[in-house]
Amino acid sequence: MMDWLLDPFRHEFMQRAFFGCAIIGFTNGCLSTFIVLRRLALMADALAHSLLPGLAVAILLFGLAPVGLFFGAMIAAMIVAIGTQLIARSSRIKEDTSLGLLFACAFSLGLVLLSLSPVRVELHHYLFGNILGLSDADLWVIHAISFLVLPTLVALERPLLLTVFEPSIAASQGIRVNALNYLLMGALVLSMISSLQAVGVVLALGMLVAPAATVYLFSDSFSVLFWGGGLLGMSGSCLGLAVSYWLNLPSGACIVLLLGLIFLVALLLSPKYGVLPRLFRRRHFHEQSLERWKGRDAVNVAPPQE
Amino acid sequence: MSSHRLQIRDLTVSYHRVPAVHHLDLEMQCGKSIALLGPNGAGKTSLFKAMVGLVKPETGAIELGGHGTRRTRKDIAYLPQREAVDWDFPLTVRGLAEMGRYTRLGWWRRFDSADEAAVQTALATMELTELAERQISALSGGQQQRAFLARALAQEAHVMLLDEPFTGLDKSAQDLLGQALRRLVKAGNLVIASHHDLKSVPELFDQVIFLNGELIAFGDTADVFTERNIDRTFGTQAFAGTSRSAR
Repeated sequence: MMDWLLDPFRHEFMQRAFFGCAIIGFTNGCLSTFIVLRRLALMADALAHSLLPGLAVAILLFGLAPVGLFFGAMIAAMIVAIGTQLIARSSRIKEDTSLGLLFACAFSLGLVLLSLSPVRVELHHYLFGNILGLSDADLWVIHAISFLVLPTLVALERPLLLTVFEPSIAASQGIRVNALNYLLMGALVLSMISSLQAVGVVLALGMLVAPAATVYLFSDSFSVLFWGGGLLGMSGSCLGLAVSYWLNLPSGACIVLLLGLIFLVALLLSPKYGVLPRLFRRRHFHEQSLERWKGRDAVNVAPPQE
Repeated sequence: MSSHRLQIRDLTVSYHRVPAVHHLDLEMQCGKSIALLGPNGAGKTSLFKAMVGLVKPETGAIELGGHGTRRTRKDIAYLPQREAVDWDFPLTVRGLAEMGRYTRLGWWRRFDSADEAAVQTALATMELTELAERQISALSGGQQQRAFLARALAQEAHVMLLDEPFTGLDKSAQDLLGQALRRLVKAGNLVIASHHDLKSVPELFDQVIFLNGELIAFGDTADVFTERNIDRTFGTQAFAGTSRSAR
């Protein structure tokens, strides 16, 4: 039994995979705080798909070299992200509309370009990644991105917090809200790229949403959400990877499913914001006024029965 | 600040060349509570936004103690309308008040005992000490307003701009908020609140601004809060030419 449990840690490719998973899981988990609070989940999904034309161009120009793929993806995502903002700001078209339009076009362009590629490219690989085949170059890219994104987010915690909470008030206090929003977008794209090789674009979204969404059901503190999201992302990803090895299932999908499972448990059981505890809590006509009574230490006042 | 005076000279704010506030001149003294009255679309929010530098005035200037809005950002706190806030945000009352200190601290300076004390004082002044660890959605409407006022206090803001703070409050919550505003005014702050409930104006505010695109009247409540000014503000056609129904 012990042997079976420890088996995945013996292979070099698995050690690499765990290493990559831990870093990607942590970075994406921290970033997921902003995605949940700013409601960017669908935006992130769209951005992920719009990486494709950049990858296709890179393949056409440089073949499958990781550096080329990296810059291709980044430029494509930047064009879509900035294009979205430009259209939204300069016309009456709203952000979601312009994003939807641009990302559909970008994805289509990517497919067209890929069909012209001399190298046969597995679309499947782009969508779901292959964490068991991480190369040195992949690990370096993952490292570099994490060491860029995390310290930036930590250093800018205060202005980011003010911006995410109330953009207009933050702007009134002299915070450069637009610049910070672009920065968040940039961090999002970078994390997406670092997840690309590991779990693919579709599954990266899971890692970019699930951790903070889960912690959000437990805590009312921004810091707990940020670091807790990181830790959960890291541990959940590694555990998911191990499970995939033990049960011989696809790794990326296992990671996301496990994160989803943890979320589901939290959703049902979280003492504060979970569904079941709320369902069985004593019903009250004026829950708020009851709360206020408690606040005034009137502990012995029996709540009126329905 | 040498002179506690908020001065607005010849202010025009417009959106796509359509003016929302028209050549406004006002001079307000700190230590007063002022009601900003006017129908929907009268330019109340535009005026607030111009005061905190969120919209650029077409003409004119706003000065607090002789300094332009750029220098006075930290001294003017703008409290958002309640609908504009994400109440599910992972934030407690204390966390909200601490945010007020960030403006003073900048990005990295450590949060020290002086900041802690400022937060405590702000919470105590707004009678929120017992509720400090509450998440902000678990507050009543009046408490939410006071929580944002506590943030403005922690920020050591001098001028507080409130967008319809009394809307949706019951009588007792309204009284508590009214008392809180009184305390702020007594401490020398200038409180300007847009307001809809005309009945409660005399008991809540020292002065009144009647605004409908342009300034209709401004002065002590006892002098200018008259039937005639109310009619002129709410009952007439606005200068922009669109008709508005009388209230």
